[in-house]
Amino acid sequence: MTNQSLPAIKFDKVSRHFGEVRAVDEADLEIRDGEFFSMLGPSGSGKTTCLRMIAGFDRPTSGHIFLYGQDVSNLPPYERDVNTVFQDYALFPHMTVAENIAYGLMVKNIAKPERVKRVDEMLELVQLSGFGGRKPSQLSGGQRQRVALARALVNHPKVLLLDEPLGALDLKLRQQMQVELKAIQKRVGITFIFVTHDQEEALTMSDRIALFNKGKIEQIGAPSEIYEHPASIFVANFVGTSNLVSGEVAKRITGADITFSVRPEKIHLGSVAENPPSDSYTTDGIVRDVVYLGLYTRYQVELDGGGDLVVVEQNLKTTSMDVLKIKDQRVRLYWNKEHISKMGA
Amino acid sequence: MFQRISTYLYLRPKLVLWLLLGPPMLYMFVVYLGSLFNLLIYSFYSLEPFSGTIVREFTLSTFARTLEPANLEIFTRTTLMAAAVTAVDALIAFPLAYYIARFASPRLKTWLIIGVTMPLWSSYLVRVYAWKLILAKEGILSWFINLLGLQGVLDWILSNESIGGSSLALSPLGMFIVFAYIWLPYMIIPIQTALERVPHSLVEASSDLGAKPLQTFGTVILPLAFPGVVAGSIFTFSLTLGDFIIPLSLGNSKLFVGQAVYSYQGTAGDIPLAAAMTMGPVVIMIVYLLIARRLGAFDAL
Repeated sequence: MTNQSLPAIKFDKVSRHFGEVRAVDEADLEIRDGEFFSMLGPSGSGKTTCLRMIAGFDRPTSGHIFLYGQDVSNLPPYERDVNTVFQDYALFPHMTVAENIAYGLMVKNIAKPERVKRVDEMLELVQLSGFGGRKPSQLSGGQRQRVALARALVNHPKVLLLDEPLGALDLKLRQQMQVELKAIQKRVGITFIFVTHDQEEALTMSDRIALFNKGKIEQIGAPSEIYEHPASIFVANFVGTSNLVSGEVAKRITGADITFSVRPEKIHLGSVAENPPSDSYTTDGIVRDVVYLGLYTRYQVELDGGGDLVVVEQNLKTTSMDVLKIKDQRVRLYWNKEHISKMGA
Repeated sequence: MFQRISTYLYLRPKLVLWLLLGPPMLYMFVVYLGSLFNLLIYSFYSLEPFSGTIVREFTLSTFARTLEPANLEIFTRTTLMAAAVTAVDALIAFPLAYYIARFASPRLKTWLIIGVTMPLWSSYLVRVYAWKLILAKEGILSWFINLLGLQGVLDWILSNESIGGSSLALSPLGMFIVFAYIWLPYMIIPIQTALERVPHSLVEASSDLGAKPLQTFGTVILPLAFPGVVAGSIFTFSLTLGDFIIPLSLGNSKLFVGQAVYSYQGTAGDIPLAAAMTMGPVVIMIVYLLIARRLGAFDAL
């Protein structure tokens, strides 16, 4: 039984070096029992290496990995109570769907009737009942994805690892699988660790996100925290789009010598006649570029004292004709003081 | 001008196909299958025993002669040798091929493949004669065995009537060693190619799902590499079945199929019997391939 008080996964100063390259550099991390945790970052940021170390395909150069309190750093994959959904699914091409799913049970010598029962349960969970006799080559990408998920979940692992599992699917299917994955996770109650480079996917699905950059963890937090209070310039830029303001411009707006970020949708764009509320920062400028994107419009505003800000406004009442008229007009920008995130130097 | 020809051909892909395939197909059907067919026809002729001339009339009497006990023994002996060579080559080749495909760095891999195929650069005859010297009574292998103080063991093995002889070079065992050596590259390369095509993630997935290394080998790696083993075995098996140089150079007076064909068509001048004997390996290979298909060796092709 899993112990509720212990973290599902704990990294204690885990490093993985490949020669000179520090793929993962002294990472500390705690993943809670039962949570949907995402490791987000650009390729080469160390997120996949972390996942592979949890699975046991790779071993840390230094540091320790704990699975519910047990040091698993040097255990082979087949002795860890952890299962993986691979990026390329890695289904065994010479076995049927049912044989693939039963594989983990078969190698552990679980009796055949029990195996059949659990495979049927899994097929139902991933909505593939009746597909047990097919070969993986006869399935679509989305179906293979489900088989890979069923094959991992049938073993009731303590932690399920998912390595960019939706990367190969088209947009529609990907969105559908995001919802389904989340629902399945709620149903089985297993800790999911999800690796992705897609920030939107991470924001949609996760309870918490760890943001990786160059082998280090930049920030760990709930999606809203990461989005609204990015801890570094990297986070502000990687998750969503941000206006980064520093130097003279920042000093003029806030009166302090800081670097801060502000999300384009937090900025209100109004006429120069408007009076901003007292708890806002404000600055004037000229709209230099207007891009109409249907749901919303993106404006690029050249500030009076130099510098640019990007502003996004939803087209609640405005039409494409209306927004284009704003081009080259003088505007007043203002936003609530709480909506800036101060950055370290 | 060239452009017009290119355009003309571009619009007629079937014509291009026939132009490209025509010559090799012609060669395949006329020269290769034609001569094989010719052999088949000759095997239905017979030899007039007194004059030594070929009687060009349909008869099954020549085929009946291939089923005489002496000839049946030749077929059995050759098939057993081919099976033994194939089995041992597969056992030696697999670990080496696995290492080349999975663990060797790209640089080392190149060198290992060169190493495996290098013997094929020198004449086959030279290699056979080299082995004859190695295995001779006064050869280096005898010397080495003597050095290890194992002369008694060798003598004991050579005293076994079915595999032994007066020296390794003149024994079926020596012949077996040379066969296994000569055909080994033909087993390593197909297995290595097959293993190369097994994605590493499958091995990781198996391990991830709780399979110990030996289980992963038995349930994932071996089944997926099996077509490569069969491809290699087709080479080693058929090459051993038809070879006549190794039995001529090494071994004892007991005949092998290739050697028998060689002497029937040469010294005996009995071309019909030689032709009928040739059909033996063809039939054995067909049976072999049918068994391989039953085992699912071609499912993954």
